[in-house]
Amino acid sequence: MRRTVAALLRKDVLLELRTKETVPAMALFAVTTFVVFHFGLNRGSVSGDLAAGVFWVTLLFAAMLGINRLFVAEREQGGFDAFLLAPADRTALLVAKTAALFAFLSVLELVAVPAFALLLLQPSVWPALPALVGVLALANAGVAVVGTLASALAIQTRARDLIAPLLALPLLIPVVLAAAKASTPLLLAAGPGTIAARWPLILGLYDLVFALTAYAVFDFLLED
Amino acid sequence: MYGKGLRALSLATTVVLTGAFALVFFYAPNDADQGFIQKIFYVHVPMAIVALCGFIAGGVMAIAHLRTRAQKWDMRSYVAIHLSLILGVGVLVTGSIWAKASWGHWWVWNEPTLVSFLIIFLLYACYQPLRFSIEDPERQARYASVFAIIAGAFVPLNFLAVRLAQAYTHPRVLGTTGGSLPGDMRLTFLVALAGMVLLFVTLWKYEMTSKHAAMQLRALRRKLAGDEAPVRAAGRSAAPAATLHARPDTH
Repeated sequence: MRRTVAALLRKDVLLELRTKETVPAMALFAVTTFVVFHFGLNRGSVSGDLAAGVFWVTLLFAAMLGINRLFVAEREQGGFDAFLLAPADRTALLVAKTAALFAFLSVLELVAVPAFALLLLQPSVWPALPALVGVLALANAGVAVVGTLASALAIQTRARDLIAPLLALPLLIPVVLAAAKASTPLLLAAGPGTIAARWPLILGLYDLVFALTAYAVFDFLLED
Repeated sequence: MYGKGLRALSLATTVVLTGAFALVFFYAPNDADQGFIQKIFYVHVPMAIVALCGFIAGGVMAIAHLRTRAQKWDMRSYVAIHLSLILGVGVLVTGSIWAKASWGHWWVWNEPTLVSFLIIFLLYACYQPLRFSIEDPERQARYASVFAIIAGAFVPLNFLAVRLAQAYTHPRVLGTTGGSLPGDMRLTFLVALAGMVLLFVTLWKYEMTSKHAAMQLRALRRKLAGDEAPVRAAGRSAAPAATLHARPDTH
């Protein structure tokens, strides 16, 4: 199981390193969206709940690009058939794809957080950074699990580019809600305040519930 | 098979629903705060409870489908979810009317129950498009069941998250649980809830009966006419495809 996951993950990372199809597009999309927000809101800088909202909505839509493309290689190049032929546990594909999406999101944030701090954020990002990284990790896990599920559900449909965001967006509302509430005190103009404990808890609970649900149902998406 | 007891059930539904409305209009007192408009509560809240339970029941039936691979469980899950979606439209419309009448706006974001319901409704609104865009009937049933299970797990989680997100809630004149209701209002509410549950079950049985009968009819027609008979294409529908008894004949 562990070796299968490692092999699949290595394949995904290698593919991304060679083709550079997904992550650069996500990062570019995020930076462009910050610029769009600048003009849409007609503001030079944001802080507090507005900053948290702009930041998380941008990340969510950028993540959507990655979610849409997550299984495209498997579908178009026969990767699904090859994987089903191999004597491997099907859960390995779920774990590997979730890990890959988590890694893509982390790289995206390596670009998006500095860009946000530079372009829009009014207070300095440094004092908030440790707590923000924690919130980002919890939210990434939720987005990665639900995104993998939505992507796997949508990939076999005729209108997959439409179905994946339609499924993923409502499912991810609690993540955006909790992550935005958690990062609001971090991005206050007066300097970071403390996070109410319930937001990380909600994010953790969400991650746990959907990880278990995904583990239970993922096998049924791979039976052809 | 599904038609059994349908007449008695329909009669019971009619009686209980009529009784519930009689109680609403002639027995339950007008609310001291909101007056007559508060009576929409007896339609809105039971409908919301039944719709949510219907969504979750659809998820449980989907689990049964994935375990047994029996097509009937997919059909049951489909009918439960699609009836709940119809009730969901009713919940959003009545909730909107109630909000306009008592708070002056058609939509209020700080009423967590209504907001949670909207999110869940938006999620389940993808159920039909998802079915539509998968052609293979077996895969369609499987994917729809996976969706129903994920969405069923999402329902309580979403309520929790949205409820916690409200810094303060509107002073709730009436709790949704009915626990804080005075006696005559509670009785009316419980009767209205029973009526709504009966209505849901009756409609579910009607739709199952109709779908089952249509399937049998199609299978019989095919048997009578033989393999070469032109099979009239069923109208575009997201409903589970009819394959009952048809498989052995076509091979």
